[in-house]
Amino acid sequence: MYVLSAIASLATLGLVLGWLLAIAAKYLKVESNPIVEELEALMPGSQCGQCGFPGCRPAAQAIANGEAPITVCPPGGSALAEQFAALLGVSIDLSNFEEPEFLIAKVSEDTCTGCTRCFKVCPTDAIVGAAKQIHAVVADACTGCQKCIAVCPTECLQMHKPEVTLRNWRWQKPLPEPVGAPA
Amino acid sequence: MISLMQSFRIRGGVHPDPRKTATTDLSISSDFPLPKKLYIPLQQHVGKPAEPVVRVGDYVYKGQLLAHSQGMISAPVHAPSSGIISDIADYPAPHPSALPIRTVFMETDGKDVWQLLKPPTDPFGLSAEEISLRVGAAGVVGMGGATFPAAVKLNLGRKNKISTLLINGGECEPYLTCDDRLMQESADGIIDGIRIMLHGMETPQAIVGIEDNKPAAFRAMKKAAADFRQIEVRQVPTHYPMGWDRQLIRYLTGKEVPADGRATDVGVLMHNVATAYAIHKAIRHNRPLVDRVVTIAGGAAGSPGNIWVPIGTLISELLDFCRVDRPRMARLVMGGPMMGDALPIAELPVVKATSGILALTQDEITRGSEQACIRCARCISACPAGLLPVDMANRIRSNQLESAVDIGLKDCISCGSCSYVCPSNIPLVHYFKYAAGELAARQQAQHKSEQTKKLIEERNKRIERIEKQKAEEAARELAAKVAKYSADQAEQVL
Repeated sequence: MYVLSAIASLATLGLVLGWLLAIAAKYLKVESNPIVEELEALMPGSQCGQCGFPGCRPAAQAIANGEAPITVCPPGGSALAEQFAALLGVSIDLSNFEEPEFLIAKVSEDTCTGCTRCFKVCPTDAIVGAAKQIHAVVADACTGCQKCIAVCPTECLQMHKPEVTLRNWRWQKPLPEPVGAPA
Repeated sequence: MISLMQSFRIRGGVHPDPRKTATTDLSISSDFPLPKKLYIPLQQHVGKPAEPVVRVGDYVYKGQLLAHSQGMISAPVHAPSSGIISDIADYPAPHPSALPIRTVFMETDGKDVWQLLKPPTDPFGLSAEEISLRVGAAGVVGMGGATFPAAVKLNLGRKNKISTLLINGGECEPYLTCDDRLMQESADGIIDGIRIMLHGMETPQAIVGIEDNKPAAFRAMKKAAADFRQIEVRQVPTHYPMGWDRQLIRYLTGKEVPADGRATDVGVLMHNVATAYAIHKAIRHNRPLVDRVVTIAGGAAGSPGNIWVPIGTLISELLDFCRVDRPRMARLVMGGPMMGDALPIAELPVVKATSGILALTQDEITRGSEQACIRCARCISACPAGLLPVDMANRIRSNQLESAVDIGLKDCISCGSCSYVCPSNIPLVHYFKYAAGELAARQQAQHKSEQTKKLIEERNKRIERIEKQKAEEAARELAAKVAKYSADQAEQVL
């Protein structure tokens, strides 16, 4: 019988404390800076950590506090920086901004052992496969966060340039010729 | 007085050297020998690629369906001759990048046998919807180079209750004479095609605009249209880019298409003369679009001319037929010199959009080296869309694409007038094409980031669900254990 009473009392205690926590969460909620929310909403949200912050929200906070430049997000590139600039009402000079190279993960079929570690860490489910089957990366879903690279035991995952097709082929920017050079 | 009033309606534009004399007096040749192999890309139109209905090894007759259209905006592809399908695989596309595109490979048998053709139809016994359906099934697309499916445009015209159909016989690009020759030689067919289009769109009248440097074509068309009061044939000044729909609409009807609108907003739609002819063949004779007139010209062409060419013919074979001096050919261009695309290799197929193949010599393409902008504003007066090319290029150069959009980048039609007049040889259009591509890439990236967010959300939900399930299972197991234990205890007490 002692066991039953112990279970009952502990369960009651748990319920009461949980209820208190719920009340506290509702009435003592910490209001966060709305600009941080807006910044975070623009970000890719894959929590990849390429910016050096532990996730998108801390990076957004750093931008809002002026501790990080608006060009901090590598996957977002200059397009995201322009959106940030518009949101924050600051002007930016992107003429010297070097667009970070976008790379996606690719599985080398020769060395993949089908260990399933990579697709467990992929934040966008961009890797498909099953145990002891060769895995593959869905290029359209890969964000280039490199989380899978870190866990692959055989280094069969490597970052590659995305394949150029008629769908994503673009004109290159004209190379600036030296102005005033003799004809 | 009227013409003076109308000349105010032309905005911007340039007068490039027409260079049409080499081919304008030569009648369209049908002597081009049937190629042994044809390469028919499955996407020769704006919209979704066609889906093959034939298999490798199948024997097909000329005009037989190779691939059907899929989706709202698409067009089918037909066999340009009779023969055997040897493969369906990737092959370089006639595009500046020559990247691969899904293509049907065909080995012709030399017999060129048509599939069983239905007897000629009376188009005016058909309903308007039936006309669009048949035009769509024949794979007719805008033959001027835009390659927008013609049937979709007919439906658009009918739904928007268009008041006037404009037919573009401008052919304002230098070198090209395929439309000019077609009008001279097949004016009756073109006029018939226009009547069919009017019937299919339920539109009361059509105006054909022909540049005044094509008097023979104008006379032929005028004569062919004499019996039809609903079709008016008019001369328009020779002025690049007269073939731009908004320019021709402004000149012929005095209406201005709003910047973010379409021609249908002012009750007008424009088709090309070659499209009208293709529709005439498709409806009157039940012949799908399997060939077209191509102008082969340029300084390196030994015997330039206009030729009926089956779709899928390799450009290299055309070059050989026209005795193009390959070592002298410095640049190969598909389309006109102002808006066409430079092709890196000649082993690319002719498609529905191929109005011209230009084999240009070094003399024809040389431009001086780029100099600093001298603020002469010639590009601004040359811009037919009323934009500020120099300002836009400066903003794009400093990566301020959004601010270039603010001053009208999206209204640029890449006609090349600004680059043509620039005394400092600044590659203005190149900047605009780059910026347009970059903006499209950003839009794709934006779309991808939205998709990524969805994927992450889904994944988080899934992980949460699995954890909840696990917790519930553990709780159930625990409860079962507790129940068993307490039952045992109770037994012991008893």
